Formats: sequence, structure tokens, C-alpha cells
Amino acid sequence: MVEEPVFRVEGLRKSFGHIQVLGGVDLALRAGTVTVLMGANGAGKSTLVKIVSGVYRLGAGTITLAGQAFTPATPADAIRAGVVTVHQNINDGVVSDLDVATNLTLDRLNGPGARLVFNPRRVRREAREVADRMGLTVDLKANVSDLALADRQMVAIARAMAHEARVLILDEPTSSLSSAEADRLFQLVDRLRERGVAILYISHRMSDIRRLADTIVSLRDGRIAGVFDGAELDYEGAVNAMLGQKISRTDVVVREASAPVFKVENLRIAASAKPFSLALGDGEIVAVTGLVGVGKTAFAETLFGARAPLVGSMTLMGKAYAPRTTQHAIENGVFLIAKDRADSGIVPDFNIYENISLPFLKRLSDFGISKRRAERARARKQIAELGIICRTERDDMSTLSGGNQQKVMVARWLSQPAKVLILDEPFQGVDIAARRDIAGKLRASAPGRATIVFLTELDEAFEIADRIVVMSEHTLVGEHRNAEIDIDRLLAEIAGHHGAVN
Amino acid sequence: MASDTTAQAAKPRPVNAMSARDYAIRYGFLALLAGLVIYFGLAADGFASPQSAVFIFQSVAITGILALGVTATLVVGGFDLSIGSVATTAMMASSYVMVVMGGDALMAVAACLAVGVVVGLINGFLIVYMRVPDLLATLGMMFLLVGLQRIPTEGRSIATGMTMPDGSVASGTFSPEFLALGRHRFDLFLPNLLPISVVVLVVLAIVIWFFLEYTRFGRMMYAVGSNERAAQLAGAPVNAYKIWAYVISGVFASIGGILLAARLGRGDIASGNNLLLDSVAAALIGFAVLGAAKPNALGTAVGAVFVGVLLQGLTMMNAPYYTQDFIKGAVLVVALVFTFALSKRGKR
Repeated sequence: MVEEPVFRVEGLRKSFGHIQVLGGVDLALRAGTVTVLMGANGAGKSTLVKIVSGVYRLGAGTITLAGQAFTPATPADAIRAGVVTVHQNINDGVVSDLDVATNLTLDRLNGPGARLVFNPRRVRREAREVADRMGLTVDLKANVSDLALADRQMVAIARAMAHEARVLILDEPTSSLSSAEADRLFQLVDRLRERGVAILYISHRMSDIRRLADTIVSLRDGRIAGVFDGAELDYEGAVNAMLGQKISRTDVVVREASAPVFKVENLRIAASAKPFSLALGDGEIVAVTGLVGVGKTAFAETLFGARAPLVGSMTLMGKAYAPRTTQHAIENGVFLIAKDRADSGIVPDFNIYENISLPFLKRLSDFGISKRRAERARARKQIAELGIICRTERDDMSTLSGGNQQKVMVARWLSQPAKVLILDEPFQGVDIAARRDIAGKLRASAPGRATIVFLTELDEAFEIADRIVVMSEHTLVGEHRNAEIDIDRLLAEIAGHHGAVN
Repeated sequence: MASDTTAQAAKPRPVNAMSARDYAIRYGFLALLAGLVIYFGLAADGFASPQSAVFIFQSVAITGILALGVTATLVVGGFDLSIGSVATTAMMASSYVMVVMGGDALMAVAACLAVGVVVGLINGFLIVYMRVPDLLATLGMMFLLVGLQRIPTEGRSIATGMTMPDGSVASGTFSPEFLALGRHRFDLFLPNLLPISVVVLVVLAIVIWFFLEYTRFGRMMYAVGSNERAAQLAGAPVNAYKIWAYVISGVFASIGGILLAARLGRGDIASGNNLLLDSVAAALIGFAVLGAAKPNALGTAVGAVFVGVLLQGLTMMNAPYYTQDFIKGAVLVVALVFTFALSKRGKR
């Protein structure tokens, strides 16, 4: 195992404008091993991948491939040199309207030496070679659009590997696969490992990581926070490094709920998951934390009526609550500040006050006729309370910074009294100052409602919550009062060692 | 207040700091319209007269009504290519009800509106529940209607006293009340000046403008068109709003069809060829009015009038008829450049 790394990154730096995304990353990949790269959102994983795959130019540092300097100018350069990347979005790696054979040989249709005439028989012969080498058992004549996701993924990987790659980068390859499909992917990864390919595997899923990793590298805030190697991998240590132990005990004065508001009982949000229960009380803020992809968003959307639970019941203020639509949830006083504001929150053609009043137009209008003056007055009040930096309440959303846009989203749902306020990753893409403002406002306004916040970053949970609940594999696995937390137990639960705890 | 709501979108900077470019984007098209009116008024004899103004409005009344309808579908992020054929189908339906079935004006009007509602519902159903892309669904509907309107009469136009496929002679006639919709003129300053179609255009323009700008339903439709998922998570019944938009479009188109039938006094299968393109052009030209850079009722109405002014003026200055489509196309291209290249909104 003391083999020389085939691919080595040293002192890699990258900045966009004044923001440094990567601050000196060292990474070494050895042939025939799987190195797992872990990192929270914004840690710099995707920037790292994009530099290595030739999408971005590196800022500073060196990359060597088999001892030679590796400086890809374009993605095609990187592939030709033998560093191939399969991106998270499976459909980016295949052309779904063409058959498997054409997909496998697609890269030979371009570039120097490509033939003028497309000969289907030769294409099939070449594709057969590629498929045999990869142990691919898909029908070569099938259309990619007719394949299951896992098969498309295999085709994408096989297509990438057709270049005799020495380094394969897989970016969250199992994020849309079922566990049976993921198993087949793992077998393929095993075969490639045996053939001596150096594999960089990016994932949050602990089950993937346990199954595949030879080495784990944790990335945090653009730096390597820990490298875990050896026969017995320290999974908790890796999670710990990724989330950051500098657990800054903030000055949260933990409150107890004054009265029960909301209860979920025996809720099941995924087919194979264990049912769970949770009660929320008046005035408390409960953070649900867990890695990406453990079902936090599914849970949030279930509470909001955007998704139906598989099994289970919910009770709001002592009465049965089963929202069929988001409208129903809003009428009942259950509000969701959705994850990914650009996609699910902001109406880009609307200005600030129109965005704030959007869900409550019914309450803010007489006989269907909107009262813009009243809307603007309410918006001005929210702008002042949350400290939204803008010229007037009629500014375009596009003129605001990310933090201020998020404040507008929070203002939207604080502008009317809620019984249950749900926030899904409210601090994503938000600067520290805005995050403090939002957290402060949420805590100050918490009495009178139950608040549940879904967070991947532990620091954020410590900053805002009274109770912290841990989610893993689509169920709740642990609960902590945000006062005397057993950090080791919390991290173990996040990493999926909850069997021993429960 | 009107300019306040339609124009705020395109001015990220303070009002007092508006640059020449911002002025050009906001008022350029209106200035162009004013310039055209002044130029034709000076250059063409008789252009600056009430009769000429009414003629312009009358010439764009039907396309304007259709354009207002298609604006509703543009607002929710869709498109309706079936409006032209809905209008001609409504025309044929009203003629059939009166001439062949012997119905009265009320029945004819009801039949037309029913055509509009049903086609709108089917369009909406195809787009929302069958997930057919809007352009394709309404294109299919257009073909279907063009064919359907010919089936009852085996491809013949409908006129009073026509011979039916079985050899008999149709007994019904166009009712006078129905024909009055196309021919009666109200007195305004001058006797017999204002045709009903112009009144309908103005009323519908005001109704749809008020609906889109000042009611919560209109605002939600804009939200659906701008970010469907955000609108859904804000509690909007997105599917219902989309279907409603197509129903509005269908009904407006069928009203246009009623006016067309009343004006022609027959169900002419060859008429209405230009309705679709002209009305879509008016709605798209409307994007450029007041720098809105989005579908809006006021802009659509101005866009329709703009085309009317230009064609009427050029006709009075003896430009040949066959240059008309070219000119309309040129206006549309210029308006789209205004919308997308000059405004900041288009650059996103």
C-alpha cells in the first residue's frame, strides 16, 4: 500500500472575486483505491471537482498525474489525459434519445481522427468492446431514455471509462438511486478498483462510504479538515471533521415549550424507513439535523402538505391535521420557508413587497381586489424589523444580496402569525451577518408558535435551537436538549451509529 | 397608478436617477406611437379625423380582443396558438345555429361562448394533466378546430339560403339583433360613429387589465408564470390558474368570433386567416410598452393600436396592401429588441 499516488493535488487555491473557495487543498489518489471526499454544502467540493475536470482554471497550486503536470484547459483535455468525471446529474452524462451503443462511443464522433461517416455496425462493435471491458450487461440497442436510472448511470460511467481512464471522479453517484441500484454501482466501482483505477468518490451517504471507502478525506470551508486512512476507518471522526468541532457554544438561552402545539405520530416518509414521532411545543425552536439526503426535505414538505406521508398522523392544536395542499397548510397556520430560495421561494418578476405578500393575498384583499398600499406598509414593517438592506419596498429582488433575499423569504412567512413555522436550510447561501439577524429574529418571535428548522450544519443548529433532533435514513434517531449536549453521541447518531444508542 | 404597477419592474435605480437609456426603454415605444400619429396626421389628408381614429380601432378590434386573451396565457407562462381557429369556429358555430338550426341571436352567442369555454378547458386539461407542452397542445387544437368547423357543412361556407349537403335549402337567417353586433354604431360627438366591436374591445381591455393588475387572482397568475414552484409553495392552486388562463383565452377568442360573424353576416370558412399571427404580434409588442418586459394587458392594447395606426397611415399614404405583413413583422422584431436586448430584465 505504500504505492506512489497516481494523482496528486498540492496547495490548490481558488477564489471567485474576493471570496476564497479553496484555501490550499492537498489530495493524493492512489491507483486501485477509493478515496471518499466528504464536505458540507459550500465546503468547496464542487469547485474542486470542476478544477480537476477542466471546467475551472486553478488559482494556485499544482496538480500532477503520474508524475506529470496536469493542467487541463477544457473538460475534453482532462478526459484525454485520463481524468474522467461523472457528474451528479445522471442525464448530463448520457444523451437520452440515442441508443446505448451510440452513447458508449459518443466521444469518438468528435475530435481529431473522427470519421466522417457514421457506421452503425462499427459503432456497435466498438460499443460491445467497451461494454465487455466494463462488465456492462445492458442491451446495446436499447434507448437510454428507456433504461432505469442505475443503468443510465452505468452507461455514463462506462462511456467515461472508454477512454482508459486512470482517475475516475464520481460526484454523488447514488443520490438518485435505490439501494438495490446502488449495489450494482458498488460492484462496478469494485471492478474498476481491481483494475487499478484511482477513484475519487464524493458522497454524504454513510452507507456508501462504509461500503467503499479505503480513505476518507473531509473538506471544510475550502481546506482539508481531516484524512482518515488505515484498516479501521474512523467514520465518526470524518463526519466530525466535515461538520467542524469548533462547536462555538453560543449564548442561546434554552427555553422549554410552554404548551404542546403540534404532534406527528408514527410518520413514515420513505418506503423502507422506520416510522417516527415528534412533538413540538409553543415557543420552542427544534432543529432537525442530519446529513444531506436523509429525508429532511421530505419531512418538511410532508408537514406542509406538499407531499403525502406514506403512513402516520399529525395533530395541530389538538385537532387532526392532514393537509392535502399547501394552501390547506397555510390556511391552518403551518408555513414552510422552503430550501433553495431561487428555485422554490423567490418570484423573480415580483419586487420585495409583492414577494412578501404572495401567500397572503387572500387576507390582504377585499373581494379579490388587492390593496397594494396595505401590502407596502406591511412590507416596510418587515424590512425594518429584519434589517433588509434595500432602497424601498419596491426594489427588484435581483438587486438584493443573497442574505437579503433570504431575509425577504423569512419576512414573507413572518408577516402573518404562524402556528407552526418550518424552515428548510434557511442559512444556505447566506452571509454570517444576515444569518445572525435571521436567527435572532426567529428566536425573538418564537413565542406563540412552534418552530422547526431543518439544518445540515451543526453549528447553525447550536446557534438557533432549543432542542436538536437527529435524522438518519428517513427517520429520527436521537434527541438532545441544546444545553449539555453529548457531542460524541450526537455525531455518532448523525453518522448512523444510532442502533447502539436507541 | 397604472404606470406605477406596470413599469416598476424595469427600473432598479431611483426614479430621479433614471438614465436616458431607462427613459428609452420605458417611453420609447409610446413616443414612437405618438410620433407616428403626428407624422401621419400631418402627411396624410384625413388621418387626423374621428372617422379615421374609429376606423383604426375597428380594424384592430377583433385581433385586439384575441390578443388580450392570449395575454392571459402568456402571463401564466403558457401560450395559446388555437385562438385564431377558436374565433373562426365560433363564427361558424353562430352561423350554423342561426342559418341551419333556425336559432336566435341569444342562442348563437351562447353557442360561441360555449365553444370558447370548452376549448379552453380542453387546452388546459391537455397542458396541465396530460403534460403536453403548451405550444404543441394548442397547435394540435388549432388543427383540430380548423377541420372540425368544416365538417357540419361538408366544407361549405354558411350563408342565408344556402344549399345543404342533402339538397335542401337552409331555412334560417342571420337574426337582425346578431348582425347589429357587427353593424350598429353608437353616437359619440358625431352620429353613428362608434361601432360595437370597438366598445367591446375597450371594455374587455379594461376588464382584463384590472383583473391582471389589481386582483389577487391576476397577481397569482403572474407568480405562476414567473416561478411556478414558488407559487405552489405559497399556496397557489397552480393547475387551476393555468386552466383558467386558457378558458379566458378561449372565451375572448370566441367573442372575437361572434364579432367577426356579425360583421361578415355569413360563416365564411376562408376568413380569419391572419387572426392568430396578428393577435400574437400585438401581445408580444405589448412587452415593450412602458418597459414592462412581460405580458400585460395595457401593452397588448397599445400594441394592437400601434399596428392599426401604422397600417392605416401607410394605406392612406398609398403604400400597397402587400407590404402590410412585412411592416407588421418589422414592428414585432423592433419591439422584441426593445424588450430583450435593452431592458435589464431580459438579460437575466
